[in-house]
Amino acid sequence: MEPLINRRGFVKLASLAGAGWMTPLGAALAQDAERRREPAQSVIMLWLGGGASQLETFDPHAGAAIGGEVRAIDTSVRGIQLASTMPRTAEMMDSIAVVRSLVSKEGDHERGTSMVKNGYRPDPTAVYPSIGAIVCHELPRGNVEIPRHVSILPGRWPSRGGFLGDDYDAFRTGDPINPLPDVSAHVPRERDDSRARDLDVVERAFARGRRVQGTLHQETVRTARTMMRSEQLRAFDVSQEPLQLRRDYGETPFGRACLAARRLIEVGVRCVEVTLEGWDSHVDNHKLQSDSAAILDPAFAALVRDLRTRDLLKRTIVIVATEFGRTPRINPLGGRDHWPNGFSIALAGGGIRGGQVVGATDPEGTREPTNPVNVEDIHATVLTALGIDPAKENISPARRPIRLSSGRPVAALLS
Amino acid sequence: MWARNLLFVGFLLGGSAALLGNLLPAKARPTHGHAPPPVAEYADTLNAVNLELRKQWAEQKLTPTTAAPDLAIARRLSLALTGTVPSLEEIRSFESRPAEQRIDNYLEGILQDRRFADYFAERLTRTFVGTEDGPFIVFRRRRFRSWISDELTKHRPYDEIVRELIASEGLWTDKPPTNFVTVTFDPEKKKVDAERLAARVARAFLGIRIDCAQCHDHPFQDWKQQDFHRLAAFFGQTHQGFTGIYDGDGEHELENRRTGEKTPVQPQVPFEPNLVPQDGTRRQKLAAWLTDARNPALARAMVNRVWALMFSRPLVDPVDDLGSVEKLPKVLTILADDFASHGYDLRRLIRLIAATEAFRRDSKSDGEITEAHEATWAAFPLTRLRPEQVIGGLLQAGSLPTITEESHIITRLTRYAGEKDFVERYGDPGEDEFDTRAGTIPQRLLLMNGVIVHDRIKEDFFNASSRIADLSPSDAKAVETAYLAVLTRRPTAEEQQHFEARLVGIQGDDRKRRMTDLYWTLLNSTEFSWNH
Repeated sequence: MEPLINRRGFVKLASLAGAGWMTPLGAALAQDAERRREPAQSVIMLWLGGGASQLETFDPHAGAAIGGEVRAIDTSVRGIQLASTMPRTAEMMDSIAVVRSLVSKEGDHERGTSMVKNGYRPDPTAVYPSIGAIVCHELPRGNVEIPRHVSILPGRWPSRGGFLGDDYDAFRTGDPINPLPDVSAHVPRERDDSRARDLDVVERAFARGRRVQGTLHQETVRTARTMMRSEQLRAFDVSQEPLQLRRDYGETPFGRACLAARRLIEVGVRCVEVTLEGWDSHVDNHKLQSDSAAILDPAFAALVRDLRTRDLLKRTIVIVATEFGRTPRINPLGGRDHWPNGFSIALAGGGIRGGQVVGATDPEGTREPTNPVNVEDIHATVLTALGIDPAKENISPARRPIRLSSGRPVAALLS
Repeated sequence: MWARNLLFVGFLLGGSAALLGNLLPAKARPTHGHAPPPVAEYADTLNAVNLELRKQWAEQKLTPTTAAPDLAIARRLSLALTGTVPSLEEIRSFESRPAEQRIDNYLEGILQDRRFADYFAERLTRTFVGTEDGPFIVFRRRRFRSWISDELTKHRPYDEIVRELIASEGLWTDKPPTNFVTVTFDPEKKKVDAERLAARVARAFLGIRIDCAQCHDHPFQDWKQQDFHRLAAFFGQTHQGFTGIYDGDGEHELENRRTGEKTPVQPQVPFEPNLVPQDGTRRQKLAAWLTDARNPALARAMVNRVWALMFSRPLVDPVDDLGSVEKLPKVLTILADDFASHGYDLRRLIRLIAATEAFRRDSKSDGEITEAHEATWAAFPLTRLRPEQVIGGLLQAGSLPTITEESHIITRLTRYAGEKDFVERYGDPGEDEFDTRAGTIPQRLLLMNGVIVHDRIKEDFFNASSRIADLSPSDAKAVETAYLAVLTRRPTAEEQQHFEARLVGIQGDDRKRRMTDLYWTLLNSTEFSWNH
């Protein structure tokens, strides 16, 4: 017996039944709805510490002299290839945008990290805040009782509040397999409460005749104690997730941290940074990059899929960033050195148009990248997607007006 | 085996005996027996500063707060100069001296103490090379810092230190001041960065932020882009080779940001060009100009900084931007003139600042304390302590004897490892160290629940809390001793009564636990984490 409708028949039937999403008009309507979409609300930044190689991840030049030993593989989007180290990510390519022509002027780890995280070249006249701090500063707190800016597995230079204040620094914590540091008292609750009550006696004595309001000390103690008792702290605990999902993310500290990031976003945390170190491949580049990519790939792919499944992707921007790329030329030790003149950054979700590549690097590794994108332009793009005006100014402690981002949004990236 | 046990028991007994000595004021041993130089040596300058302060208060019709208690001043001095609170041992010694001498004696003891040299060296290191880790291999921060500490111990005048920083040649390892230059070495370009050096010189030694003139003219001061690059040109012939930093040839070039065109720039100082000598390398010329006593900039910048280190707040904010000369506070210029005309003697400057009426004001008042009070130093300002000061205070409060460089090796090791970890988690403000900031949640969590805090206050033979619980002759003494050890003051009547009631009739381990609780409470107060 023939099926009532075969595949071809279904398509025909669907178009007859007015499957508007397949027609140009439908597409236009959908785009319009997208334009009026709610702005994104949260950011997850996967930070590849040490300088990930574009060539071994998002920008393979397989076969070229600069390509190294890596192969290129097809992705879910026709015409876009990734390095063979990224098979799971390749499956999610339709949700991901890759910028391959990112340029910066900082080739030192610390300065490069500062540049990419803050969107400004480091200079001693102002300590620039990281994008997560800016987002927390600009968007309301909501009902979040735990820190809104979190850095899991912080590297050497975790995201910071800069001139916005230390209270915008990322709250740092380690592998989610371990309990959160410093949130439980060392004594039973009753005794801990009694200690805290006794604090009032000491505070009263000190406050007499002094201007203590500016210290915000007692308020901060209260907020910290609320956090210690908050149900939302469970968001850090990934053991509550199904085993299969944990395996999808990868049973690594980084995989678990990415899963925790999703749980944090769910309770309203604004920005989570997760660091994966191990990319500084001055020697033996192929092995180091492949090993690190083997940890990044499942975690990033699972995160995008998981967010999509839960309908969280449209309000969450996921960024995969690094301080700089690696030289096209492979050095005599089989390594690649620092290269800020054309490296890759990947973005997904939250109003970023996926399934595309912006810019290209030269297969010879000698010419400038085409359609170059400045680091600060990525900042402006992300802020715009969050409904924040990048041109808005803060005043630094040296009384200098500083824009949230000095860049311009990359139109192609925004849907 | 028995011999070792005996030795251990002996050690415990000896320790207890020493402790009892510390708990009982009469038996305190004088740890600070250094005679200060007579005040008359700097009386004129001190009077001039005090007159100026009083004039301001009168003009603004402000009543200054009364004199701060002696112990409060001891705490300020200890925090500013050694990065920790006074030990119980020091407090006993302090109080055993005649009232009119104790502060001067205490300060003198600190100024001769290696802890002062080490702590000040770390603070100055930040000023000179910033807080970045710098380029691997060619930059040695610890080497640099211990060099400064050695120079401070040798009473090396400040102008000589600055000359070495700017003009030294050689390897960063055996000529530590060259790290001032190597920290800017760019491994990609294989060059030291003349522009970063110029910016550093301007901020640290001239008290001017002309960094923004790197790319354009200063928006609200009289600095042109040319001024900046002419200053940078003094480092245009500085190179790095096998023998380290040396002076050769070459020219600093100004790159046009639009056209990429490069023009060589000749060195020129931004003011007082007549003070630049004819001979020497370019760096030597710059160093000579900077440290010429007729050039007031160096002394002014340093007075503002030392004042900031003493009060945790500079006279002119931000600390490295003094603004226009006409608007400088007179207190600053008076002190700067004294500093320059008395051989750039840092200890003399510190003594002077510590003796001013500003430093001796209380932070509280029966009347209202307004912003104007704090702005004119009519009340001692409340400022957040740096992480090093908080951990230093915590470690010292947890131990009855003074923790010094000579302390047992184990104490020193714990101090070092514990300190680093704590500072990182507490949040290091980096170079912006005098910004007014409120506390943060991770700081509170760390102080309330951190393992490092718990280890210092839990029931343990070596912890001050347990020793106080065991050895105090009365509940009243136990509470008082804890307050002295943690907050450097005696409890108020209300506090005394409240916490004594917690101890009444409690013995043994329970008593130690109550003492642990009291320590926790005191350490988590505003008072402990703030300078006042």
